[in-house]
Amino acid sequence: MSISIRHITKRFDEFVALDDVSVEVARGSLTALLGPSGSGKSTLLRIVAGLETADQGAVFIDEKNVTGRAPQERGVGFVFQHYAAFKHMTVYDNVAFGLKIRKRSKAEIEERVHQLLQLVQLEGLAKRYPSQLSGGQRQRMGLARALAIDPAVLLLDEPFGALDAQVRAELRDWLRRLHDETHTTTVIVTHDQEEAMEVADQVAVMSAGRIEQIGSPRDVYERPANEFVMTFVGQAHQFGDTFVRPHDLEVTLEPNGSTSEVMIDRIVHFGFNVRLDLVGADGERLSVQTTRDHAELLEFAPGQIVYVRPTRHTTFT
Amino acid sequence: MGRLSLRFAALGYLTVILIGPLAMMVWRTAEDLDGAWAAISDPDTVAAFKLTLMVTAIAVAVNTVFGVVCALLIVRGTVRGRGFLNAFVDLPLSLSPVIVGFSLVTLYGLHGWFGWFQRNGYEILFATPSIVLATIFVTLPFVVREVVPTLREIGTEQEQAAQTLGASGWQTFWRITLPSIRWAVVYGVVLTAARAIGEYGAVALVSGNIAGETQTATLRVEDAYQFAYGNYAPAYGISFVLAATAIVILILMIVVQPKEARH
Repeated sequence: MSISIRHITKRFDEFVALDDVSVEVARGSLTALLGPSGSGKSTLLRIVAGLETADQGAVFIDEKNVTGRAPQERGVGFVFQHYAAFKHMTVYDNVAFGLKIRKRSKAEIEERVHQLLQLVQLEGLAKRYPSQLSGGQRQRMGLARALAIDPAVLLLDEPFGALDAQVRAELRDWLRRLHDETHTTTVIVTHDQEEAMEVADQVAVMSAGRIEQIGSPRDVYERPANEFVMTFVGQAHQFGDTFVRPHDLEVTLEPNGSTSEVMIDRIVHFGFNVRLDLVGADGERLSVQTTRDHAELLEFAPGQIVYVRPTRHTTFT
Repeated sequence: MGRLSLRFAALGYLTVILIGPLAMMVWRTAEDLDGAWAAISDPDTVAAFKLTLMVTAIAVAVNTVFGVVCALLIVRGTVRGRGFLNAFVDLPLSLSPVIVGFSLVTLYGLHGWFGWFQRNGYEILFATPSIVLATIFVTLPFVVREVVPTLREIGTEQEQAAQTLGASGWQTFWRITLPSIRWAVVYGVVLTAARAIGEYGAVALVSGNIAGETQTATLRVEDAYQFAYGNYAPAYGISFVLAATAIVILILMIVVQPKEARH
């Protein structure tokens, strides 16, 4: 089902959380709302779910206006950052909750719950309580619980934010595969640009209650609409009005007409990638991303004088 | 050395203040078991215990419902005056029960604002209703005080999750909120019951203290003491039953506690 967010404005007293925000989410797509904390992305998601009401604007789900409707009537699956697990219920009862509310037959519930537990790889843990699960397992339970009601849309509010890096990466990968199987229209809120780039078809970059840019992950990274998107989505160095990504800087041992002289301060190895932290003559710091092979070929060492030149840059007018 | 002496000081203090008086009472009860038993099995004493139990049951029921609703209003409500409500609920803790009883006598007395009942034969004062009212008043804060912090702690996310899964407000309350606060409610009920059974001051002023009719167990102890004429066995016997009840309640709370910690 598609989601259409039209001109949503939301204030908390004097603070404008959302300022005339519009986003279209195509049926079957996976959209990420990406922004720093306080940018309004979670508030927007909660407005779509009906957990928060907008001051102005409308929300359409599957072309029906649901603006005034209670969360119960919207048929959305919502996944919370801190899991919101029903602590007094077993994993089975957590997942079965929405179906019990809908008064499905016992046999039907049992079949559906087991099918979902299999999907989220928690088959053996049906009788456990949430307190006996790891964070990653709790969040998979949260997903199964949300999916149980066959939601029109799936909304995830920083779903992996409370998990450690490795589990995060695993679940992210798994979420993308799950989406490719189920094709449930999904919106994920995240402050992690890598996460947004990795899972989403469409990224909406938000800042201070406004949409800065909507586009494919590649668009947003390679053709940022403004300075904010340039610097928030991926790293960028600013030289006057031009912005350069760390991997778009070329390091050479000899100067030519367009290079500037810098000194290598530190070399950081990340497996295949190497980051050079450089200091310019004027004390300005910048970092360059290059490959291990390149770094070894040129025999970089801390304290060495080298020359940099941007191979690609972006200017905003 | 320091820790050991501190422990002795604490134990000594407890012994002098708490255990000493109770132990003495148990000792005296044991000295004249027949006399104590005679007092306990006296029809008027049995009636007093029955009255105390009934009043306690009503006060617990009313204050449990009120306490949960009130706690929900204080923590989850959006209405104005929540802070006021929160502060006001504690009033019975700071107000002397004698004053509670006295103000009830004034309110429901023949010339009070609610004197209509008394004037028209609906006896509130010196009858069971006033005993119930006084007990409800003094036991009002316990459920609220237990439930409020628990409600704050569990937050609203579970309730919101239930809503997105289709649960109505009522379903959310019964299936999510109430099970989450159940131990707090249990503690509140236990404290309310203990306080209701032990209430003396407020009840003393409003009940009329008629043996076999409007005399609660605590009033009967006072009576047995006042009119002992050298025979204290009845006072000891009835006191012993009340004290034993309180201790059983205390033990029940301790037994219940680990379960709470496990979840």
